[in-house]
Amino acid sequence: MTSGSGLRVIFLREFKSYFATPLAAVFLVVFLFLAGIFSFSMGGLYERGQADLRSFFQFVPWLYLFLAPAIAMRLWAEERRLGTIEILTTLPIPLWQTVVGKFLAAWGFSCVALALTAPLWITVSWLGDPDQGAIVAGYAASAMVSGIFLAIGGFVSTLTKNQVIAFVVTAVACFLVFLAGYPVVLDFFRGWMSAGVVDAVAGVSLLAHFQSLMRGVVELRDAVYFGSAIAALLAATTLAIDWKKGT
Amino acid sequence: MNCVIDASALRKLFGNRRAVDGVSLRVNAGEVVGFLGPNGAGKTTTMRMLTGFLEPTEGRVSLAGIDIDEAPIEARKHFGYLPEGAPAYPEMTVREYLRFVGRARGIASGDLAARLMSVADRVHLGRVMDQSIETLSKGFKRRVGIAQAIIHDPPILIMDEPTDGLDPNQKHEVRELIRQMGSTKAIVLSTHILEEVEAVCSRVVVIAAGRIVFDGTPAVFEAMAPSSVQRHRMDHVFRQLTADATEVQP
Ligand SMILES: Nc1ncnc2c1ncn2[C@@H]1O[C@H](COP(=O)(O)OP(=O)(O)OP(=O)(O)O)[C@@H](O)[C@H]1O
Ligand SMILES: [Mg+2]
Repeated sequence: MTSGSGLRVIFLREFKSYFATPLAAVFLVVFLFLAGIFSFSMGGLYERGQADLRSFFQFVPWLYLFLAPAIAMRLWAEERRLGTIEILTTLPIPLWQTVVGKFLAAWGFSCVALALTAPLWITVSWLGDPDQGAIVAGYAASAMVSGIFLAIGGFVSTLTKNQVIAFVVTAVACFLVFLAGYPVVLDFFRGWMSAGVVDAVAGVSLLAHFQSLMRGVVELRDAVYFGSAIAALLAATTLAIDWKKGT
Repeated sequence: MNCVIDASALRKLFGNRRAVDGVSLRVNAGEVVGFLGPNGAGKTTTMRMLTGFLEPTEGRVSLAGIDIDEAPIEARKHFGYLPEGAPAYPEMTVREYLRFVGRARGIASGDLAARLMSVADRVHLGRVMDQSIETLSKGFKRRVGIAQAIIHDPPILIMDEPTDGLDPNQKHEVRELIRQMGSTKAIVLSTHILEEVEAVCSRVVVIAAGRIVFDGTPAVFEAMAPSSVQRHRMDHVFRQLTADATEVQP
């Protein structure tokens, strides 16, 4: 078998499995419904008299805060509960490829949800003349946030067979990572920590990178941040499975 | 060193509980080993170490001459494995699932359809190929598990209770299948059915409290019963061998 084809086999099985259960339909409907509500009523898409998707993208991370854990909780907890992890980890496929394949399938699914919000984009483009570059950047930033949340959730789901626990722990962990960049949190650190520490906290914060991506400036350090955070989480997931699979 | 399965001095601790305590097992091609033992004796744990699913606390395993610790991916290509309980993805159809395992096991897409047909035929899955696994009866689920283990025609087969939950007809069919495959492959199967050992195995290994207490042919095993015992002679020997070791010592 050529290297990497194991990853493909795992990815395809996983990705299809999202659509084999009603879960996918429920998820997509909830996502689109909330995305619509947030941008139109709460975000004041009409009232601001300006046709763009800024308010929508501000809400997307909050949506993912609940929906990413819902996708991710199944990733490994389910394999352990069913016992299929025993098949999966004795196939002649390196564990890292299995981990990456499953992650990409989950991420792909969440990107499908995101892509289905395209009618919003079409609507604002039809109503006005939005900055298309900013919209593309907004979608990229949103995809990145979902990637990080899913990587966190995948890691958490290796540690338990209980999907409810996996969901709650993931939601809390994502919330903390995301919140680390809010002024409230930074001000809290600013009171008693050196400027270096405050910068470091702001540096790991998802929010800061999200907003910088949103502004449409794709900086190297943001790309490095998202790439290395996801890679580190997937590496941790691989180690955790090796450690926990037999128990 | 021409053994296809070569496990030496396997030991597995769960916390400070000794689940497997110094098991060595060498199996050649053409041998069918019946792995017997009371509940909790360490059969599943031993088989999980043979496949590399569990890492032994001590000891080594090599399959087809390949150390599973040093070259796990290479070693995994040489066996088929039916885990305890025959786990599978409930939402997939039998066909989808077997295609998935076949692909993951490296079968070329051109050969896949033919392999699927032949394996479905061998374990009589034809009728349920397009049914989702969650809707199958217990016996059919077990057959799906056997099918995925043999789909790539591996030289080594490790099967944890392959006939559990099968009806008498299917038990017979599966035993026939195992016997046929046993002429060329190295097979280890665990079971609680002693007649099965007589029917398909060329060798019996009995484990009790994590240790091997018997290793020999079914004939020798049966001959250990005193001549006064007329019926269920194997059961008698089994009880004798495992009576004082039903619990794993802490
Ligand atoms: N993950 C685990 N953590 C702790 N103890 C375990 C674990 N897996 C197995 N054990 C213990 O190891 C011992 C051997 O179990 P094993 O499943 O190998 O027995 P078995 O011979 O397959 O039994 P059965 O015939 O019931 O299938 C048992 O005492 C069991 O409780
Ligand atoms: Mg068992």
